[in-house]
Amino acid sequence: MTIPITPASAAAGDLVSAAEHGQTDHLAGAHTKRGKPKVDGVYYLFLLPTLILFTLFITLPALVGIFYSFTNFIGFGDWQLVGFTNYIAVFSDPAILSSYLFTFGFALVTVIVVNVIAFLLAVALTSRIRLKTPLRAIFVIPMVISGIVIAFVFKYLFSNSLPALGAATGIPWLQESILANESTAWIGIVIVTAWQSIPGALLIYIAGLLSIPGEVYEAADIDGASAWVRLRSVTLPLVAGYVVINVILGFKNFLSAYDVIVGLTNGGPGTSTRSIAMTIFTGFTGGDYAYQMANATLFFIIAILISLLQLRLTRGKAAIS
Amino acid sequence: MTQEKIRTATPATRSAADKGSGDAGTRSTRSRRGKVGQETTNWPVMIILFLCALTVLLPLYVTISMSMKTTAQAVDGNAFSLPAPVDFSGFVEAWELTNFPVTFTISVLVTLGTVVGTVLLAALASYAIVRNWEHRLFRWSFFYLLAAMFLPFPVVALPQIQLTGLVGLANPVGVTILHIMFQLSFSILLFTAFLRSIPLELEESARIDGATTWQTFWQLIFPLLAPMSATVAIFAFLASWNDFMMPSLIIAQADQQTIPVVQNIFQTQFSTNYNVSFASYLMAMAPAIIVYLFTQRWVMEGVTQGAVKG
Repeated sequence: MTIPITPASAAAGDLVSAAEHGQTDHLAGAHTKRGKPKVDGVYYLFLLPTLILFTLFITLPALVGIFYSFTNFIGFGDWQLVGFTNYIAVFSDPAILSSYLFTFGFALVTVIVVNVIAFLLAVALTSRIRLKTPLRAIFVIPMVISGIVIAFVFKYLFSNSLPALGAATGIPWLQESILANESTAWIGIVIVTAWQSIPGALLIYIAGLLSIPGEVYEAADIDGASAWVRLRSVTLPLVAGYVVINVILGFKNFLSAYDVIVGLTNGGPGTSTRSIAMTIFTGFTGGDYAYQMANATLFFIIAILISLLQLRLTRGKAAIS
Repeated sequence: MTQEKIRTATPATRSAADKGSGDAGTRSTRSRRGKVGQETTNWPVMIILFLCALTVLLPLYVTISMSMKTTAQAVDGNAFSLPAPVDFSGFVEAWELTNFPVTFTISVLVTLGTVVGTVLLAALASYAIVRNWEHRLFRWSFFYLLAAMFLPFPVVALPQIQLTGLVGLANPVGVTILHIMFQLSFSILLFTAFLRSIPLELEESARIDGATTWQTFWQLIFPLLAPMSATVAIFAFLASWNDFMMPSLIIAQADQQTIPVVQNIFQTQFSTNYNVSFASYLMAMAPAIIVYLFTQRWVMEGVTQGAVKG
C-alpha cells in the first residue's frame, strides 16, 4: 500500500461500468438452454480460496477491531463492554484531533500540488516535443522507489545539504533544516509525497489527454482559440473524469500517509507531523488498543464519506461543463 | 457523467497504448497538427521538462554519488559533489550491517510469494466471477472483494497484528498473505475487465473438443491473460518490495525483517556514516528500478488501463 498512486487507480472509473458490463455478459449462460444455468463445480474451487482468505484476513480483523472499539481492551488480558465511551473520548482527545487536522491539511495540499503538477506535465509530455519516451520513463521512476528509503534520502538533503548550501551562499532561510521547525516540517513531507505520487497521476492524465480526438483541437484552432483558452475550455473539461479519479484516489492514499512521514520526521518535531495512521499504531505499543480502534473506525467512516462527497461534488462539476 | 466520458475515451486510449507507450503520443499529436504543417519542436516546453526531470534524477544522483564516497568525504555536507576518490567500502559495510544476504532473501521470498499468489488467486477468482455473473454468489463476491480498495490498511492494522500473532503468522509469511489480500481488489478489477473482452467463441471450440473448465482455464484462458498478468505482477512486485508499513508492524522478530524496514538502523546507529547508509539505500532501491527499466511498458499500460478500462 505504499504505492499510493496506482494499484487503486482502477477504482473510481470502473466500479459502475464493470457492473453494467457484467449484466450484459452472456457467456455464463453458455452451458444450458434455459433458466439459470448450472454452475460448474470447478468455479467454486476457483473462487472460494480467495473468498475464504479475504474473509479471514480482511473482513474478520475489521469486525473484530470494530467490536473491540466498544470495549476497554488494552491489547491483552480481560476486557468489558463500555459502549461508546471510547468514541466520546476520541472526540475530545487533543492528540487525535491535532493528528486529524495535520493529516487532512496535508492531504488537501498534497492532492492539489500533485494534480496541478501532474496535469501540466502531462500536457507538456503530449505536446510537440522530442525524446518523449525517455522523458516519460524518467518521470515514472519515483513511482517504483520505496517511500521510506527515498524519505531518508530527502531527509539528508533537507537537514544537511540545504543548510550547508544556505551557509555557503548566505541565504538565511536555507540555513535551518525545514524538518526541524514545527511550522515548516509539513512542507518537506508534502514535497516528498508529491515527488513520489506525481507519476501515477501523470500516467492517468496522459491517458486522458491522448483520448481527446484531434478534431476537437482543429475546431478550436478554426475558432481562433488561444493556447490558454484551449487548455481551459477544451482540454480541462474533457479530462474532468480523470481529475475525479486522481483526486479521490490521491486523497484516500494521502489520508493514510505513513512511510514517508516516518522516514522524514517520525511525527516530529514534537507531534506536529503525526498522521492519523501513526496515532492508530500507538494503540499497539501504548496499550490503547480499544481506544485506537475507535479512532480507526471513525477514520474509516470519515474516509468513506469524503470519497462519496468528492464523487458527488466533482460529478456535478463535470456535468455542468 | 464522468463514467460516461471515461468509457467513451477507452478505445482511443487502448489503441494508443497498443502502439507502445512511447510513440503513442507522437502519433496522436501528429494527427492533431499534421495538417497545419507545424512539426517543429516546442523548445521552451522541452527546457521546462528537462528541469523537472532533474528534480527526479537529483535525489537518485545524490544516492549514487554518496554511496561511493569515503566516510570522510560523505560527512562534509556537500551532497552534490562527485566522489573523490571513488570508494566502495560503504557497500561492504552496509552489506554486513543490514545482514544483506538474509534480508534480501526474505524480501525476495515475500515479494515472489505476493506476485505468484496475487496473479493466481486473482486470475482464478476473476474467471469464476465473469463466467458466472448471473449467479448471486459470484456477482456479490466481486463487489465484496472490490470493497477493499476503499479500505486503508491502518483501519484494520491493529486487529491484523493481533490475529497474525495469535495464529503464528507474525512473520514474513503473514506479511506475504496480507500483501496478496491488499492487492486482490485492483488485480481482480483488471482481470475481470480483460476477461470480458475475450470472445466466447474461443472457449466454445475448446469445450466442443471436450475440454473441462479446469483445462480450458489453464490451457486457453490463463495464457491469454498473460499481458494482464504481467501488469498485475509488476504492481504486486512494487507494492510488496517497497512496503514498509506492514512488515514493520506484522513481523515480530527483528532479524526476519524486509529490506525497507532494516534501513531504519541508519537512523539510530551509524548515523554519521552517510556513505554506508546511502550504499544501503541504493541496494534497497536498485532491484525495483532494474525491474522497472525492463518492464516499463507494462507499468505504464497498467496505470492507463486501470484508469480507463470499462
